[in-house]
Amino acid sequence: MIDKLFGWVDDRLALSRSGRHLINKIFPDHWSFMIGEIALYSFIVLLLTGVFLTLYFVPSGSDVVYHGVYAPLRGQRISEAYNSTVNLSFQVRGGLLMRQMHHWAANIFVGSIVVHMLRVFFTGAFRRPREANWMIGTTLLILAIFNGFLGYSLPDDLISGTGIRIAFSITESIPFVGTYLGFFLFGGQYPGTAIIPRFFILHVLVLPLVILGLLAGHLGMLVKHKHAQFPGRGARNDNVVGSPLWPTYAAKAGGFFFLTTGVTALLGAAVQINPIWQYGQYYPYKVSYAVQPDWYMGFLDGALRVMPAWELHLPGHMIPNVFFPAILLPGITFTLLMLYPFIEAKLTGDVAEHHLLDRPRDRPVRTAFGVATFAFYFVLFGASATDVLANYLSLTLNFVLWAFRIMAIVVPFIVFAVTYKLCKELQQTPSAGKRQQFNLILRSADGGYTTVPAEQYPGYDQPELAPVDVEKVELTADAAQQDGDEGVYEIPRRYR
Amino acid sequence: MPDTTDTPAPEEPHAGSGHATGGARGEPVSLDAPQFAVAARHPRRAEGAAAVSFFLSFLSFAAFGAAYWQAAPNDVLGISLGVGFAAFGVALVTWGKYLMPRGPFEEPRPQMATTPQERAEFVGDFASRGKVAIERRGALAKLMGAAGAVLGIVALFPLVRSLGPKPNGSMYHTKWRKGSRLTSIDGRAVALDDIEVGGIITVFPENDVGGALSQTVLIRVQQTGDVVTGPGKETWGPHGYLAFSKVCTHAGCPVGLYQELTHQLLCPCHQSLFDVDTGATPVFGPAPRPLPQLPLYVDSKGYLRAQAGFDEPIGPGFWYRGGSNGSPQ
Ligand code: FES
Repeated sequence: MIDKLFGWVDDRLALSRSGRHLINKIFPDHWSFMIGEIALYSFIVLLLTGVFLTLYFVPSGSDVVYHGVYAPLRGQRISEAYNSTVNLSFQVRGGLLMRQMHHWAANIFVGSIVVHMLRVFFTGAFRRPREANWMIGTTLLILAIFNGFLGYSLPDDLISGTGIRIAFSITESIPFVGTYLGFFLFGGQYPGTAIIPRFFILHVLVLPLVILGLLAGHLGMLVKHKHAQFPGRGARNDNVVGSPLWPTYAAKAGGFFFLTTGVTALLGAAVQINPIWQYGQYYPYKVSYAVQPDWYMGFLDGALRVMPAWELHLPGHMIPNVFFPAILLPGITFTLLMLYPFIEAKLTGDVAEHHLLDRPRDRPVRTAFGVATFAFYFVLFGASATDVLANYLSLTLNFVLWAFRIMAIVVPFIVFAVTYKLCKELQQTPSAGKRQQFNLILRSADGGYTTVPAEQYPGYDQPELAPVDVEKVELTADAAQQDGDEGVYEIPRRYR
Repeated sequence: MPDTTDTPAPEEPHAGSGHATGGARGEPVSLDAPQFAVAARHPRRAEGAAAVSFFLSFLSFAAFGAAYWQAAPNDVLGISLGVGFAAFGVALVTWGKYLMPRGPFEEPRPQMATTPQERAEFVGDFASRGKVAIERRGALAKLMGAAGAVLGIVALFPLVRSLGPKPNGSMYHTKWRKGSRLTSIDGRAVALDDIEVGGIITVFPENDVGGALSQTVLIRVQQTGDVVTGPGKETWGPHGYLAFSKVCTHAGCPVGLYQELTHQLLCPCHQSLFDVDTGATPVFGPAPRPLPQLPLYVDSKGYLRAQAGFDEPIGPGFWYRGGSNGSPQ
């Protein structure tokens, strides 16, 4: 039956021809390659839970009176967006779980993109021929951050509303076009009436489609280039060593998808996130306390806080304060990030194709530069909690602010120096981080001891093997003839 | 920053890392090769673990179904679903990691760069046909370009243009006018005796109660006498009252936390501090300009009113805000 069906399809689509290479695609076995997978899987979770949420969310700013089950809000005039979010949290079966899973998955999505990007950066996986894929990846990070912001802005609660207000101010600060851009985006002067439906359609349709398209490009290029890999185990620039897609990788990656989903569901069940009913409806004049965006916007918030109170006055024009931390800084960062592969190639003069990955220590300047840059953003991230820290540590806000201003400048240099030194030290210690070489200590007849390097751990029955080409596998005569039924191969006992 | 001085990382083949037991590259391999043995040292144990895990996921999914049917609370739903997925995942990963051929396997990787010949052939095909088809039809190509350009312009205008109105003067004015009554959020006009010293409320003009841009804080700093915050503002603060735009000049958050002892207004977003007595000048944080002050007077019935609107644009800066005092062009 299956045979017939497959034959029918195959006759019409030539599946066997392309399918063979697909199922034989080799995936290197290294844990760090799973980080990008987490991003992919959490995106799928986002799509699925997101579809559920759109069934109940009403993207509208018009007023309704709350009549739901949450007593503190009853009788209040709130927006449809806020109303429907509260209702889907309390009155829709599984609604709160889906909402919390969606929010957790978004945090995991952006987080795993960042970590994946660090892996790619520090191992030099962005080098030729993967420069374009690095740029797609950077674009995906930017879009993920944007879409995350749009998403948590939709419920129209007090905290996210404050975030939208800041976003409007930041848009306005852009020279020449900012004011118009803000008006076109918001449908007029703040707060406008259009923002929730517009953010909604961007969040659930436009950006996901763009992300999906770029993701297809990202993965398509990955298939074309094949994975980069760490040296060792017979890995060379002109091959890929690892496990084939079918069946090993299908099982591992499929399992990993369910694991990611499972962890997201457990987080959604057990760890409350964004309890908007506690924040209340957004009103532009209402003051909210402890305003903190989602973590991936933290560096922006921190940058806004540590920026000195400067503005640039030009004849008839001005460049507002928020332009520098919120437009210029991310603008420079992401541009440099995009162009980094080319900058590095230019400076090193290394334009060869690289499919073998670097150990970070072997590239001390790149590694130190990367860690220092990351440290800078980490300081900014920390700076988004100046008020909390001042409270918690009983310090003056003034002290904490200045500490962060100084750290933002000093820490990257210190981190650069330390990382550079550390890389150099590690280079001097060739055994660090490598698998131990086993030694056999032999005692001779006259009582003397000699040490002989052993090929493998004595008694270990699985020696390191050289890679074999999956497409060159021959069925042994004995395997092919097992039960006489032509075309049906009995799998040898060993892998049953 | 790249490593101009570093020695290149080892990119040399590490083939076979020691003792290869497999066949040479590209040669046929038999299914009996050790690479096809399962990865686990104790396949039975791995199989058992996977089986237990699958069974757990079976139970959890069933529990999720029952919980959903019974409208169980969020944590019961989530934990049953999460454990189901996670156990399913663990079982599959165990299966893939321990009960499948241990490898390693390899496949060849062609270099990405094409050979000069391949490229020459492609470019040749493209150019030769292109010459015949396009270059001889120069006028067509130009017309096509013109039509496309029109489409591009149309996309910007009116399509993008109609997304919102032009700013015009709206960045310079609020709804505050000469004579506007100071009105609280519940719609009551504020009278002279409504606020005690040290008190603060948010007020709006009567025609824009709740307005995001006209929101203003009204503070009573003393019982009697005019409060003068600067030259030219001698009459702006009657009977100890001062009014400032509530929109932070940094990024637009409502500045609503008043510290009575120090006479300072705090913005909760990025902790800018404004000194009320000197005209809400910023004394700490990123806010670059004072909060604009609303000139007040008390009418014959004892209600507070605005002498005029704000004399400068309120809120954060923007490109078209001229000069430092921000007078409208
Ligand atoms: S918005 Fe007030 S300090 Fe930033």
